[in-house]
Amino acid sequence: MDYILEAQGVSKKYASHQALQEVSLQIPKQSIYGLLGPNGAGKTTFIRIITQIIPADSGEIRFEGELLAPKHIGRIGYLPEERGLYKKMKVGEQLLYLAQLKGLTYKQALEKAKAWMIKFDIKEWWNKAIQDLSKGMQQKIQFIATVMHEPTLIILDEPFSGFDPINANLIRDEILQLRAQGCTIIFSTHRMETVEELCDEVALIHQSRKVLDGSKHDIKQRYKPNHFRVQYTGNQLLPTTTEQWEVLSDVALLGSQREAMLQRKQTGATNPFLQALMEQADIQVFEEQLPEMSEIFIRVVEENTPSSADNLHPSKK
Amino acid sequence: MHTIWIIFQREYLVRVRKRTFIIMTLLGPLLFAGLTIVPVWVTTNFQKTKTIQLIDESGYFANRLPDGNQYKFKSVEGKTFEQAKAALTKSDFDALLYIPKINLDRPEGIALVSHKNISLDFELDIEKLLRNTVRDVKLMQIGIQKDVLDNANIQVGVNTVSLSEKGEKSSSSAATFGISFLSSFIIYMAIFLYGAQVMRGVAEEKANRIVEVMISSVKPFHLMMGKILGIAAIGITQFLLWIVLTFGITSGVYSYFKLDRFQGAQLEETMKRLPEERRMKDMQQSREVGQIVTALSSLNYVYIISVFLFYFLGGYLLYSAMFAAVASAVDTESETQQFVLPISMPLIFAFIFAQVVAREPDGVPAFWLSMIPFTSPIIMVIRAPFGVAFWELALSMLLLVVTFVSITWLAGRIYRVGILMYGKKPSVKELFRWMFSKY
Repeated sequence: MDYILEAQGVSKKYASHQALQEVSLQIPKQSIYGLLGPNGAGKTTFIRIITQIIPADSGEIRFEGELLAPKHIGRIGYLPEERGLYKKMKVGEQLLYLAQLKGLTYKQALEKAKAWMIKFDIKEWWNKAIQDLSKGMQQKIQFIATVMHEPTLIILDEPFSGFDPINANLIRDEILQLRAQGCTIIFSTHRMETVEELCDEVALIHQSRKVLDGSKHDIKQRYKPNHFRVQYTGNQLLPTTTEQWEVLSDVALLGSQREAMLQRKQTGATNPFLQALMEQADIQVFEEQLPEMSEIFIRVVEENTPSSADNLHPSKK
Repeated sequence: MHTIWIIFQREYLVRVRKRTFIIMTLLGPLLFAGLTIVPVWVTTNFQKTKTIQLIDESGYFANRLPDGNQYKFKSVEGKTFEQAKAALTKSDFDALLYIPKINLDRPEGIALVSHKNISLDFELDIEKLLRNTVRDVKLMQIGIQKDVLDNANIQVGVNTVSLSEKGEKSSSSAATFGISFLSSFIIYMAIFLYGAQVMRGVAEEKANRIVEVMISSVKPFHLMMGKILGIAAIGITQFLLWIVLTFGITSGVYSYFKLDRFQGAQLEETMKRLPEERRMKDMQQSREVGQIVTALSSLNYVYIISVFLFYFLGGYLLYSAMFAAVASAVDTESETQQFVLPISMPLIFAFIFAQVVAREPDGVPAFWLSMIPFTSPIIMVIRAPFGVAFWELALSMLLLVVTFVSITWLAGRIYRVGILMYGKKPSVKELFRWMFSKY
C-alpha cells in the first residue's frame, strides 16, 4: 500500500511528562484516518510533530517516502482544535495572508480564496471583519484557510465542534470530496459517530502509546464478540445451549416470529453455524453483530490502563 | 525570510491604517509644542506679585530690598513682630519678613511668616535678596559707592564654541541640552509605547488561538521577528513624519515671527534699527534668543537624527524582544505586568540618570551608561549632540547590536515554548529553563 505518512518509533518527552512513546503508524494515501484517544493521550503532540510545530525527540517521520522537512509545510493543512483568526482583519485579507504564508503567490491566493467563497456562497463576506461573523461562519472561514492552498494531507482536530448540523454536513461533504480528489485526511477526535461514519483507518493512542491501529474493518473483526442476531419462526424455541452457541436473549416479535441473540462458541466460517441453526428453525434474518467503535475504544482503553493500585501517583502534565 | 516579509507587511499595514496612528502622527508635533509652550505660558501669565510686610529692626534692609514683578516689600514701623504676626491672617499681605537687630557677619533670627504654604522657590528668592543686600551693605561699609556697585553688575553672556576637526562651530549648551533631553525622552517613551504594542500583539495572537495555525505555517521566530520589525517600521514612519512636520511647523513659526533676524550677522542689523532706549532692554533678550536660534540651526541634524534612529531601533528591538517573550509566556495581557517592571528597570534607571548625564555628558557615569546596552539607547542620544569620540560611539553601537541579537535569540526560545503553553503562569525560573531546553 502507498502511504502518505509513516511514523517510526516517535517519542516526545516534555519537562516532566512523557507525551509520546515509540509511536509507529502508517497512514495510507487517500484515506480518512482517525486518530483517537482520550484527552491528554498525546494526539495533539503527535499532530504538532507532523505539522513541524515541535520536533520529536527520537524516531522518524516520512512524508511520501521522504524525511519530513520544512518544504512539506505547504503540502499540509492543519485545523487545530483551539482555533482562531485575527478578529479585526477582514475575511478576504485574512485568507490571502494565511495562504501566502503557506507559499502561494498573491495571485494564486486571490484566485483560490474567491473560488472557495463562491463555492460556500459567502462572497459577500469578503470585506467583513472576522469579529462581525457568527462562530459558525468563522469556522467556515477557518476551514477554507485550512484547505485553500490545496494540501495533500489535511489534519483536522475535532473539525465538527462548533458547527450546526447543516454546516457540519456541508463540511463533511467537502471532506469526502477532497478525499475523492486525492487528499488524505487525518481526523483527531473522540466523537465515535464521526469515526464510525467517515474513517477508513484508525489508530488509538492511550497514555502516550499507540495501543491499536489498522483499518476499521479489520479492527471490528478483531474485536467482534461473535454475537449473531437471528430472526426465526419455528414450532419451538431455539435450544439455549448447543455445542455451537448459547442463547443470550430470545424475544417474541409479531405472530410466531422471534428474535434471538446468540453467542457463537467457535470461530471460522459461518456457513456451518448457519446450517446448524437452519436445522432448528426457519431463519429469516441472520446477521453478525460487529462492535461499535466506541465499544472497542472503551474496551481497549480499559485493558491498557494500569489498575488504580499502580496508578496512585499519576504524573501530571 | 520570505515569511518574515509577509508577516512584516501585515503587521505594518494593519497598524498604519488605524485611525489612532494617523491622529497621533498629526497631533504629535502639536503635543510636543504644547508640552514646551504651556508650562512657560502658565508661569508667565499666572504669577501673582507677592506683597511682603517687612519689619526691619536692624535698619539695613528697609528701602534696600528691590521691588520687582514677583515681590513688593512694604516696611511697617511701630509694630512688634508678635503684633504683626497676629494681624497677618487678616491683612492683605502674603507674608511677613521679620529682621531683628543683627550682626552682619552672622545674621540670625530672620523669619519669614506666612499663613499660606511657603514654597521652596519663595524661600530661596528671599534668601538671595537678603544675601545681596547684606553684600551691598558690607561693600558700602568699606567705602565703595553705590553707583560703582550698580556699574559692576553687568550681564555676561557666553558664546560657547565647540572645536572639532571640521573647524569651530558655535553652539549653545542650552540648545544642545534641549535636543538631547528631548531625544532621550522620546526614545524612552517610544520603547514603552511600541514595546507595549508588540506585547499586545503577541498576547492577542495567543488569546485568539490563531498562533497554532500560524506556527504550523511559519517558524515561531519568524512570526516574532515579523511582528517586531513591522512595529519598528511603524515607529520609524511615525518619527520621520514627526520630524518632517516639526520642521515644517518650525520654519513656519520662524518666518512668521521673523526669528532669523536674531541669527548671526542679522542680529547686528536688527539691533541697529531699534530705537536707542529699546536697544539696551532688548539686547540681553535678543542675545539669548540669538544664541539658541544660531545654535539650533548649526547642529548637525543628519548626525543627530541618524544616531537617534539607530538607538531607537536598537533599544526598541532589545526591549520588545523581551516583551514578546513575556507576552508569549502568559495567557492574558494583564498577566504580563509582573514581568514588565523588572524588565524595564534599566530603562527607568537610565531615564532617571538622563539629567545627570545631560549636565556632564563626558563624565564617568555618562560613559558607562552609554556603553551598557540596556541603558545606552537613552544615554547615548543625550551625549551624541554634545559630541562623542568616534570609538565610543562605535563601541556602544556594537555592544547594542550584539546584545539585541543575543537577547532576541533567547527571547525567541522562550517565545517558541510559551505560545503553546496555556493554563498556568510560568515562574521566572521556568522561563530560564525554556531558554535552554530543546522545546
